[in-house]
Amino acid sequence: MVGENKFFDEMSGHNGTVRDAYAAYHDWFAEQDAERLTKKSQDAETFFRRTGITFNVYGQSEAQERLIPFDLVPRILAQREWTKLAKGIEQRVAAINAFLHDIYNRQEILRAGRVPKHLIAGNEAFLPQMLGFSPPGQVYTHIVGTDIVRTGEGDFFVLEDNARTPSGVSYMLENRETMLQMFPELFAKIKVQPVSDYPKNLRRSLAACAPSSAGSKPTIAVLTPGIYNSAYFEHSFLADQMGAELVEGHDLRVVDGHIAMRTTQGYKRIDVIYRRIDDDFLDPLTFNPESMLGVPGIMDVYRAGNITIANAPGAGIADDKAIYSYMPDIVEFYTGEKAILKNVETWRCGEPGALQYVLDNLKDLVVKEVHGSGGYGMLVGPAASKKELATFAEKLKAKPGNYIAQPTLSLSTVPIFTESELAPRHVDLRPFVLVSPQGINIVPGGLTRVALAKGSLVVNSSQGGGTKDTWVLED
Amino acid sequence: MHLTITHTTRYSYETPVHYALQKIRLIPRDTPQQRINDWKVQITGGNREVIYHDQHGNVTELMQIDPGATEVSITASGRVETRDTAGILGKVYGSIPLWLYLQESKLTKPGDGIREIAATLEAAQDKLTGLHDMSARIAEAVKYGSGQTYAETTAEEALKGGKGVCQDHAQIFISAARAAGIPARYVSGYLMMPDRVEQSATHAWAEAHLDTLGWVGFDVSNAQSPDEHYVNVATGRDYLDAAPISGLRQGSGDESMIVSLQVQQ
Amino acid sequence: MLGKTAGGLYWMFRYLERTENIARLIEAGFRIALTRSTDAESEWKSVVTTSGVSAGYAAKYDNYTSTNVVDYLLRDTSNPSSVISVTGAARDNARLVRTALTTEVWEAVNETWMTLTELLANPVRETELPSVLNTIRQQSALVRGALHGTMLRNDIYDFSRIGTFIERADNTARIIDVKYYTLLPNTSFVGSSLDNVQWETVLRSVSAHRSFRWLGESEMTASGIADFLILDRRLPRSLSFCISQIVSNLDYLAEDYGERHACHEMAEKIQSRLKNRDIESIFDEGLHEFITAFIRDINSLGQQIESDFRFGG
Repeated sequence: MVGENKFFDEMSGHNGTVRDAYAAYHDWFAEQDAERLTKKSQDAETFFRRTGITFNVYGQSEAQERLIPFDLVPRILAQREWTKLAKGIEQRVAAINAFLHDIYNRQEILRAGRVPKHLIAGNEAFLPQMLGFSPPGQVYTHIVGTDIVRTGEGDFFVLEDNARTPSGVSYMLENRETMLQMFPELFAKIKVQPVSDYPKNLRRSLAACAPSSAGSKPTIAVLTPGIYNSAYFEHSFLADQMGAELVEGHDLRVVDGHIAMRTTQGYKRIDVIYRRIDDDFLDPLTFNPESMLGVPGIMDVYRAGNITIANAPGAGIADDKAIYSYMPDIVEFYTGEKAILKNVETWRCGEPGALQYVLDNLKDLVVKEVHGSGGYGMLVGPAASKKELATFAEKLKAKPGNYIAQPTLSLSTVPIFTESELAPRHVDLRPFVLVSPQGINIVPGGLTRVALAKGSLVVNSSQGGGTKDTWVLED
Repeated sequence: MHLTITHTTRYSYETPVHYALQKIRLIPRDTPQQRINDWKVQITGGNREVIYHDQHGNVTELMQIDPGATEVSITASGRVETRDTAGILGKVYGSIPLWLYLQESKLTKPGDGIREIAATLEAAQDKLTGLHDMSARIAEAVKYGSGQTYAETTAEEALKGGKGVCQDHAQIFISAARAAGIPARYVSGYLMMPDRVEQSATHAWAEAHLDTLGWVGFDVSNAQSPDEHYVNVATGRDYLDAAPISGLRQGSGDESMIVSLQVQQ
Repeated sequence: MLGKTAGGLYWMFRYLERTENIARLIEAGFRIALTRSTDAESEWKSVVTTSGVSAGYAAKYDNYTSTNVVDYLLRDTSNPSSVISVTGAARDNARLVRTALTTEVWEAVNETWMTLTELLANPVRETELPSVLNTIRQQSALVRGALHGTMLRNDIYDFSRIGTFIERADNTARIIDVKYYTLLPNTSFVGSSLDNVQWETVLRSVSAHRSFRWLGESEMTASGIADFLILDRRLPRSLSFCISQIVSNLDYLAEDYGERHACHEMAEKIQSRLKNRDIESIFDEGLHEFITAFIRDINSLGQQIESDFRFGG
């Protein structure tokens, strides 16, 4: 790969010279036979399908199960790159927890005027039911998935802080497992930091957040909406790997002031619930009364201090897109330090001046709805037609406060294997962060998502994205 | 004034209960207007699971009805010493920031009718007078009477219907005050009607917050501010936050409820 | 273990057992259709009856042709007991209890589902039927093999086995129930060729035609076959074998949990009615009455197990 790269390529930089982190891999790859790799690639797909590593997609008539495409070229980070990144993530996640505790208690940051009150007040992710309460261990975001993008050698940006129930960690683990099986010789040659401790660390981290009433071996359960949920594979995978029970709402009830699960030998108390259902469905007695997925009374038991809910209800206020633009201030307010990791430049359309700028430059910007998630109600300027731009401009003018805008980022690329050769494709990175009173733990690596279509910037699995194994090298 | 209160709520179920929970907010706290002398909540046919303070500071209990029960009764009783403060609770604050009491809630989302009332309040020079005037106007517009509204009727619906109970009056008041930029909240509690021991039901009124006075109570239904005849039991953004008992039951079959309330000196 | 998990295991193995049983019934029916085309219609009808789907079938078709019956029993998603429906249900239950299964068992079930959905995507031609039925039975054997070879012998295993044998007992009893008149001694067509064909069909329905001959202890007589299917504990599909397996797995659970339930007593009672019994006394009691009571009891036992081990709410 020689020549000018328009985008920063993590294997060959801007000028086509293989970067250090990829040197050993590049040498190995050069010796490989393309046909053998193609065969390996097909084997991987068969393996994923047979083991049921799928996600559900709801079509017109019935649920289908799909694979997330897996690319066999790893995304590689040098130890020193990772150290810096991890430090930045740790700082940011610590600030997010401090922010959540403050927002649900004294609200100093609002009093200080560093974050405008109206962003909290009118926000559906803000749960008044959490006010005046401290969760066990004062941890709100037990698991965080911080979405990172890169644009140059040292330029990492946080795109999103997923503080609710970030998914994808099972793919991180299975991708590594698959690579180990396909290319054992590669791992003998190149020293890669392991990720396989994640389930054990998750268990330990959750246990450390158990209520004080729990014994020395707290009972942990994973709460899933059920087998038809799109992420069910991950729910059962994590429960299995942690040695925790996988429960649904109807397996649980309140017994003697605690949450308990129905077993073949009667009800058994649970101390920590790692829930994979949204706040609104958590407790029909407190939130949405129509919810069939939740556990009636769990919020009462929670406020009484008898159960840990991970992540804490209401934690979503921290990853709201409007709050995002204040993250540098939030980090500084709670840690007293400048944020190590940069935010993507963001215009809050509700602010005077910003709206005009955004309207003038709409075709170059990405505009997002502040209370939405998952890419709905979003405009990607460079990809939009004149008519779409005009329609969106009207929506913006009608409710500017509902939107933020960001520049279209020149996301870095990592090569993927296409039939016979390597081709650069845009990627992002979601490292997984565990928080407990004992500290913050980040698994070295994370989930690399890759936009498989040439030139595409959309890495979402629901829109044609795939995944890669992510390596952090040992020094 | 020393008030002695016995408040019993009895539920009967057509078919034996399989699994049911009740959230109970029946324990009043000391305030500048009241002092609680021995108070207890007794439950028969059910089991207290937890007790805690909710976000509004209400002492909240979660009760599970005994499996197989066809009847459960909850009795709150005790003595309260009350004081007439001309309806002024004052600058007493909990964990809820004042701005939260400016937010719309499910039952207090204003419509055109309420906005019109709010406009008058917004124009008033003196807010305290404005609030009293508004209270009178709401009582005029919505005649006191049961049967037309139910627990989940919104403020705007009640105003349109022109007839309602204390809950509706309080919620219309709250909704309009908030729309006019004045923090307001719902209070559920007891009122001793001086001419009788057997009171017909628990009572509800509103509190509005003025920078000068702090929280001030307004009982729209009785055209007065709460005095020593009132006991504040729970507060919230609307009825749903402060309801004395709210529950959830699995399974079918009708249920019926009888409330008896005695308040006497 | 979660009650739901126990229930999921129980039902997963009931469904897996059912796919195999349906395949066997079709196989037996198909054989008659091939060899004695005049009886085909009534034979297919009894296959439908034995499968317990008469009402659904009659609502859809007004005749009992081989094409329709085979399609309804193998591929029809509106039939909750078709192989395709039941395989899906088994896999859904396997997903539900994924954490209780070894990788081998899960992959075997998942592969069964993938194989059968592909195999049954289009109507099965008569020439392909034997190989399709063969695949269904092979897949079932694959799962069973994974279960025996890799699972711990704990409560997970017990619930899996109980599900298998409740389903199997019910299935064998239904076969006898539908054909009981051919198994009665002293009926008018004793020794006729009709009898021989009917008997052979019954034996084939439980894959016992070879073993019956091989054991060779009794002539092919009505009471000999009835004895074999009901009382012979060497036959893994006999009522006696099934109930003794259920009793022993329930006993393991009692030992494991340190608690006996109503279902234990119920199972022993059913077993006692088969123990030390000869077939003549069953004929005296009335074969039809005996089988009807057995089907009723085995289903009550299933419900009692569900409630004793808290499968549901």
